[in-house]
Amino acid sequence: MSAIIHIDQLGKTYSSGHTALSDISLDIQEGEIFALLGPNGAGKTTLISIVCGIVNPGSGRVLVGGHDIVRDYRASRGLIGLVPQELVNDVFETVWATVSFSRGLFGKKPNPAYIEQLLKELSLWDKRDAKLIELSGGMKRRVMIAKALSHEPRVLFLDEPTAGVDVELRRDMWAMVRRLRERGVTVILTTHYIEEAEEMADRIGIIRKGELILVEDKAVLMQRLGRKELILHLKEPLSALPDSLVPFRLERIEEGHGLRYPFDSQDEDSGIPRLLTALAAAGIELRDLKSKESSLEDIFVSLLKEGV
Amino acid sequence: MNLYAIRAIYLFELARTWRTLLQSIATPVISTSLYFVVFGSAIGSSMAQVHGVSYGAFIVPGLIMLALLTESISNASFGIYMPRYAGTIYEVLSAPISPLEIVIGYVGAAATKSVILGVVILLTARLFVDFEIAHPVWMLAYLLLTAFTFSLFGFIVGLWADGWEKLQVVPALIVTPLTFLGGAFYSISMLPELWQTITLFNPVVYLISAFRWTFYGVADVNVALSFAMTGVFLVACLAVVSWMFRTGYRLKN
Repeated sequence: MSAIIHIDQLGKTYSSGHTALSDISLDIQEGEIFALLGPNGAGKTTLISIVCGIVNPGSGRVLVGGHDIVRDYRASRGLIGLVPQELVNDVFETVWATVSFSRGLFGKKPNPAYIEQLLKELSLWDKRDAKLIELSGGMKRRVMIAKALSHEPRVLFLDEPTAGVDVELRRDMWAMVRRLRERGVTVILTTHYIEEAEEMADRIGIIRKGELILVEDKAVLMQRLGRKELILHLKEPLSALPDSLVPFRLERIEEGHGLRYPFDSQDEDSGIPRLLTALAAAGIELRDLKSKESSLEDIFVSLLKEGV
Repeated sequence: MNLYAIRAIYLFELARTWRTLLQSIATPVISTSLYFVVFGSAIGSSMAQVHGVSYGAFIVPGLIMLALLTESISNASFGIYMPRYAGTIYEVLSAPISPLEIVIGYVGAAATKSVILGVVILLTARLFVDFEIAHPVWMLAYLLLTAFTFSLFGFIVGLWADGWEKLQVVPALIVTPLTFLGGAFYSISMLPELWQTITLFNPVVYLISAFRWTFYGVADVNVALSFAMTGVFLVACLAVVSWMFRTGYRLKN
């Protein structure tokens, strides 16, 4: 894979003096799904807006498909489709008219057959003659996706695509993103729903206070930073750990009614059999036990708290 | 040049006109007809000729110019302000389209609407009064020049405005009074000498005078000067729009 987006030392300070981005360098590979995570105000939307041409870059350089976004903006913008965070629509336009308008705006010859196929894929075909003002929020979101895809972009930016949409639409959108990837479209999404990134992304970037603090393959990230733990529920509460259990780094929880045992899921020797033997030897009886794997959300929260 | 984009913006804007036909065309035509009834027929019938032209016919160019100026500014300012207000401007800014192409799309559509309106008013006026057009080619050329120039000015207003109220300020509080005081209903030679001099500082005087010349071959001020003034205003508007896009004024952070 080659980088379809190359961001080199990008910085942005608004006229108010607020520094939204500091020295961001990032390559996004063609055909991948890249999730950009970060808390509110971290700079996700500013980064997307600069690449798409909506916000002027400060320092640094951005190339899309090898084209500089300032000097060669026609070529770079023509490759990009954007679904912004806000639900903004020309409410008195029909679905068909607004999607066709977007295609024209991006310099593409009218292609009714393609627009028809797009609207059908997004379950909008029945609503093609409806005015946007008559549509539900979920349908309006689909229209925005149709507009972004109307000119057959090679890169699709989804800024908080599933914010405020119901579960069904969210699942539909995930399926659509996968179909796009199969066609070779690069998808960059920002999201608050870590579950979404966990479900879909190939790589994760975490941005905090305008700085990209981590970029990692999702599977590697979950392996490297993911932790497993065994939760043991005891028949009788334990006021203190016996000396024989100290080496296991156990943590008393639920006022002594339980014990937490963290272990490395990648390590062949988890230590669990030895722990169970030691517990039996110490006369501690178990009521229940379960193992738990840390989610991407746990990793994300701990990264934001601790930094990298 | 991204011709498909220009076409998309142009047709999108014209589609809005057809959707709001009553407001876009019918309202100005009705209000202009009322001017003809009141000033042309009721009052005009008891007025003497002006520069050898009946009063009803004399006010035709001024009334067309009044509608042309206010509608060009209103249409163009609304055309660009609306997407800014609604947030849909993101799509135009992220499209592979140059500032010039954006201006051609929006301003071209606004000017087209104004020219259509001007022609409709001209035909309406013909129902009330008899008149002949002495220089039809110049009349059409000046109609186009004025419509485009003031649509461009309206585009600037639409970029400058940060609220609905400001959109109304320029056409209602500046252009309409200047047009009324710019000889739409009288020849400035009818004014006392001091007021004639003061009136020459009103730019609309030059517009109405030149447009009236294309109809009747008579003008309050030099025709070449009027054309030159309009041209200078067009160049000034182009310079301002160019600066706005270069700096991202009210469009980009």
